[in-house]
Amino acid sequence: MEIDPFIFRLSIFILSIFIGYYVVWSVTPSLHTPLMSVTNAISSVIIVGAIIAGLAGNSDNVFTISNILGFLAISLASINIFGGFLVTQRMLQMYKKKKKDK
Amino acid sequence: MSADLSAIFYLISGVLFILALRGLSSPQTSRQGNFFGILGMTIAITVTFLSVGSFSSGLIYVLIFLLIGGLIGAFIAYKIPMTAMPELVAGFHSLVGLSAVFVAISAFLNPEAFNLGSPGSIKLASLIEMSIGAAVGAITFSGSIIAFLKLQGIMSGSPITFKGQHILNALLLISILVLTYLLCSTQSSNFFWILLAVSFLIGFLLIIPIGGADMPVVISMLNSYSGWAAAGIGFTLENTALIITGALVGSSGAILSYIMCKGMNRSFFNVILGGFGATEQSASTEGKEHRPVKSGNAEDAAFLMKNASSVIIVPGYGMAVAQAQHALREMVDTLKKNDIKVSYAIHPVAGRMPGHMNVLLAEANVPYDEVFELEEINNDFANADVAFVIGANDVTNPAAKNDPQSPIYGMPVLDVEKCKSVLFVKRSLSPGYAGIDNDLFYRENTLMLFADAKKMTEDITKNL
Repeated sequence: MEIDPFIFRLSIFILSIFIGYYVVWSVTPSLHTPLMSVTNAISSVIIVGAIIAGLAGNSDNVFTISNILGFLAISLASINIFGGFLVTQRMLQMYKKKKKDK
Repeated sequence: MSADLSAIFYLISGVLFILALRGLSSPQTSRQGNFFGILGMTIAITVTFLSVGSFSSGLIYVLIFLLIGGLIGAFIAYKIPMTAMPELVAGFHSLVGLSAVFVAISAFLNPEAFNLGSPGSIKLASLIEMSIGAAVGAITFSGSIIAFLKLQGIMSGSPITFKGQHILNALLLISILVLTYLLCSTQSSNFFWILLAVSFLIGFLLIIPIGGADMPVVISMLNSYSGWAAAGIGFTLENTALIITGALVGSSGAILSYIMCKGMNRSFFNVILGGFGATEQSASTEGKEHRPVKSGNAEDAAFLMKNASSVIIVPGYGMAVAQAQHALREMVDTLKKNDIKVSYAIHPVAGRMPGHMNVLLAEANVPYDEVFELEEINNDFANADVAFVIGANDVTNPAAKNDPQSPIYGMPVLDVEKCKSVLFVKRSLSPGYAGIDNDLFYRENTLMLFADAKKMTEDITKNL
């Protein structure tokens, strides 16, 4: 008997929750704000779906509702991707150790 | 590109996202972690372009919209002041939610593009996954908008409650299940639209009863929701990168909510049901007698600190509001020049989001090895000479330890009162967000400094 591919995806999902659980507990509390902004950025990988939606359909008409929603979702997700990663970068640059010369 | 090959690349970007979070376990590795995140995202986007293959003339629009979004995002990231991080994160969550909704609608209208069947006969499993993704996305969107408005001060931070609220929410949640069932059995788009409308409404109703002080929990919770929404869409698109990421983000937000709830000694449901600040205020104001308070000025404070050998600083939301972090650092620099040992004590729920205070101190160039969490530093208060409380209140309230009647009883607090003397920078004697009077104000060893946090800190520096 063949296993439904859904079961495999579900397995990946459940195991990832456990990975997330252990990885996030090891995040130092002082970096919880960057954690939120970076999770924000990576959850915008939903842009993958938006790109598929934007490119779908035939070339004659690229402005079906489905395409337009895809375009909008691309913009929203890319605000998040660029904004999220850059603001995280900006924050992390600020976490410095005590200077030795002091 | 073949489907198998792209699936492998999606798996790689999923792994890179795990490494991105792993990097945050210490500040040294964190920048590398962020780089892994960017790499993972780049791979995922590139692979998607390659796997769609036949480029229609839509490609140019896809790139244009990508660029517009990217520019806006980059602009915001460079301009945003660090004190506004909670608003920014809430705003970003709403975008994830809304894009999940858009993708779900698009997949519903044009299922062929996503290999989900044809309109009117979408695969059952896909339809369920799509409904979950769309509903959670819609809840995330409207909830985050309310959280954003509350944090920005556009909407009052006090809880908005009305009779029958919980029953209404419960009924709406049940109706989502019923609508999903109807949608699956009839494939009628009407149910899909109603489902979306109800979800938007739930997000709105869920957040309005939650008060300003509970915002750390709300933001973490919405963070979690945005993850589950992404995972739901990931199942629809059969995309591993999305499923892995959704699970990571979902559990990350859930853990942060848990940590925040524990920091306030409240159960998650207690926070969600809301109305905390409103109900307790009336109880605490009665029977409040006017007790004498010692208040002082910047000179007194400077005198106390100059004669101290160790000082612990307790920052809170008030410091963020007054933008006092740079002034504070300058004061600490002067103290250090006088060979006074200075450290910072951060309560888990100080500020409006997890880690809010740490970011602000980092912005003001405070080295992170001088900043300590509650458990690390709480025993040191007994040996310190001066505790400098700037913009914090409830997190120092001894009532949490010795008054079983107090609404915050049992909440972990910083043992500020064990210091030889306590300096309390505050604008007035008004109670904190929990609406509880702080016994610390009236203690013999407490000196109240009534002023704006930034101005007071600058004045103290001048007098040192």
